[in-house]
Amino acid sequence: MSATGDAVECMGLWKAFGAVQALRATDLSLATGTLTAVLGPSGCGKTTLLRAIAGFERLDGGRIRVSGQAVAGPGLHMPPERRRVTIVPQEQALFPHLTVAENVGYGVKRGARRDKAVAAMLELAGLAGLGRRMPHELSGGQQQRVALARALAPEPSVVLLDEPFGSLDAALRDEIRSEVAGVLRASGATSLLVTHDQEEALSMADSVAVMRSGVIVQHGPPAEVYRRPADLWVANFVGRANILQGTVSAPGKVETALGTLALAEGPDEGAVDVVVRPEQLHVVATAAGDPGAGDDLAVVEDRRYFGHDVVIGVCLPTGERLLVRLPSAEPMPVGSRVTVACREPVLAFPTLADVP
Amino acid sequence: MALAGAVAAAALLPVAYLLVRAGDGGWSAIADTLFMARTGRLLVRSLGLAAAVSVASAAIGIALAWLTVRCDLPGRRFWRVVAALPLAVPSYVAAFAFVSNLPELSGFLPTFAALTLLSYPYVFLPVAAVLERVDPALEEAARSLGDGPGTAFRRVTLRQIRPAAATGSLLVCLYVLSDFGAVSILRFDTFTRVIYEAYRSSFDRRPAAILGCLLLVFTLGILVAEARTRGRARYYAGRGTPRRPALVPLGRWRWAAVALPAGVAGLAIVVPLATTVRWLAESVQADIDLTRVSAAGGSSVLASVLGAVVTAAAAVPVAVLAARSRSRIAGFIERSAFVGHALPGIVVALSLVFFTVRFMNPLYQRLPVLVFAYVVLFLPLAVSSIYGSALQAPPSLDEVARSLGRRPLEVFRTITAPLLAPGVAAGAALVFLTCLKELPATLLLGPTGFETLATRVWSATQAGAYGDAALPALLLVAVGALPTWALARRGGESLS
Repeated sequence: MSATGDAVECMGLWKAFGAVQALRATDLSLATGTLTAVLGPSGCGKTTLLRAIAGFERLDGGRIRVSGQAVAGPGLHMPPERRRVTIVPQEQALFPHLTVAENVGYGVKRGARRDKAVAAMLELAGLAGLGRRMPHELSGGQQQRVALARALAPEPSVVLLDEPFGSLDAALRDEIRSEVAGVLRASGATSLLVTHDQEEALSMADSVAVMRSGVIVQHGPPAEVYRRPADLWVANFVGRANILQGTVSAPGKVETALGTLALAEGPDEGAVDVVVRPEQLHVVATAAGDPGAGDDLAVVEDRRYFGHDVVIGVCLPTGERLLVRLPSAEPMPVGSRVTVACREPVLAFPTLADVP
Repeated sequence: MALAGAVAAAALLPVAYLLVRAGDGGWSAIADTLFMARTGRLLVRSLGLAAAVSVASAAIGIALAWLTVRCDLPGRRFWRVVAALPLAVPSYVAAFAFVSNLPELSGFLPTFAALTLLSYPYVFLPVAAVLERVDPALEEAARSLGDGPGTAFRRVTLRQIRPAAATGSLLVCLYVLSDFGAVSILRFDTFTRVIYEAYRSSFDRRPAAILGCLLLVFTLGILVAEARTRGRARYYAGRGTPRRPALVPLGRWRWAAVALPAGVAGLAIVVPLATTVRWLAESVQADIDLTRVSAAGGSSVLASVLGAVVTAAAAVPVAVLAARSRSRIAGFIERSAFVGHALPGIVVALSLVFFTVRFMNPLYQRLPVLVFAYVVLFLPLAVSSIYGSALQAPPSLDEVARSLGRRPLEVFRTITAPLLAPGVAAGAALVFLTCLKELPATLLLGPTGFETLATRVWSATQAGAYGDAALPALLLVAVGALPTWALARRGGESLS
């Protein structure tokens, strides 16, 4: 175990495929016993990072330590079978010619303990009684759990999950996500989940590392990544965000099309991009026949109903378009004239053109 | 990777040497051979026969596929399997059946008839498979857009089967150009027969080499044409299992329509079988030379087992590479039925004769060279069979197994090998049965006095000793029926 108590430490990883630079001095640490999500758009290098930790890719530079032991570094490339790092691949990749129990026991050392370990693992993954089935006889969710049980059975230092829910249909996905998170917690394993789905990352992980172009741009608890994004790109990528142009008039105050807003965080002066989450906005419908209902009001342009809430698009008199999330009980038909207000402190980032 | 490359290079080497030999006499010798009046006639005969058989096969194949898949033909499932069976009859056996009944048969018409009856399944099988899969929703959409039933069939369904029919017809074309058995027994001078005669009768083997190269040019040209038609013909296939289409009622033509599959099957299967059995009965009354037949059987099995084992072993790295590379090789492998037919047995045999005489004289007319010829000829067959299994063992399985703590060799033993095994076994079996039937390469490359069942049928028929040909012919049809039956039951997917 390393001094920091981290199960995995990646320090300054570099990896290129031809002209494509997949990893650029990537740093990432996984705290023991936690589930970390690496969240990024496709092509950001997250799968390469995972494959480098597993030992399937040879690094161009940087070091990786697993449980304090160096597994990759200058002149060092420990083969995958010696790293104690297991993987749940995208399409599960169950061994089609082996039974469920044989799949799960594949990585466990032969001996009296193996049968016990396999039985315990099947139990933990909710697969008790299915050990003799063949993989193709299982449902998608069961296959997913076999792949997870197989990866957990050898008690690895870390389990890597490579977009494991992509192949499941939407209705199953939620349920299986929470099952998987439950099994991972129950086993006490350290795990790394790679995904492009921000909802998945925020809902499952203890910490979220946002990756862009081979670099981890922000790493923290889900709430922090959502509330305090490191930059405008992260704000846009993690969750819905309205971006308004504004000017900081005084420290803590910013002038926008919505009026003067309180700044939770941001520069002390200059032009800024203001991040307003859809649920931070409030709308009030103007009373019917109100003579004041005129050009200085916003108009509801569209409305998407999700059952638990509703997202409406409004167009401000100044022309900006904003998304607003409301409780679904509020009637707000398309064409209504409304006033829009933001009562919570907001985030702002210096407008890019302003940066020298 | 390196292994796969080595296999490919070894397979192509002798053919490359054939080109060198053809060029030996310089341009004037080539020109002499090419511009002989006989060569012109040869071209017309070969290509004419190939074209005529292709067209006739397409007509019979499409008609039979439509009748057995889409119409309420009495016993259509039975006829569907039966219609594939002629594939099992080697062309020299069919020719033997014709000639032994009517010894004066020769020339274009009987050759055309024999080859058409044997090769239409190359069109029938893929077209039937497509007709089976065509989503009736397509025809229904056409009907809802204002087409009558006949118009909808013509405008929608026929368009769907066109790529399969085109591919099948080109395969027939290659089959005819490479055929040696039927044309030599029915004495119709095409490339393969003339090449063989030129090789046997003359001391100067250059003309044979030049004609071999010319034949190769045509077969490879067809291969390229096939790749091009396929490139354009990307037809949309609906996902999932479509509903079964309603059967077309044939009305009072219902029983009359049975005449087509029954007639074709009668001529292609019953006539050869009945003829063989008749000659067999006659020769039993005389004294049948059982020792000679069993010796031929033994030689057949020996050469074919060796061919199957070596071919399957050579095919494994090629198939694995193809399955694991995203790119063009995979597409090439999927067309391997074509690649195999594009190398006529006579050309491969001829090139190996030249090659061994020049570079490995001690091996000339020895068994290893014959086995090598089998490898060159049937490698694509084995590769396409193993390819499916190799797709079952993607690299991600290896990676998972490695990350679970197993070393590469263990991973091969516990994961890769068991997953490849069924494909390797099927491929070896298929190559074994195909080697048994192989004629021209066995004739040219077999050791002196080495007689297999195939060469026995051929030489006995040539000599007019039909009774001697009967038993080996029957044995060959019997073993050929096994894989054909399996193929017909699977619906001919692998041909399409």
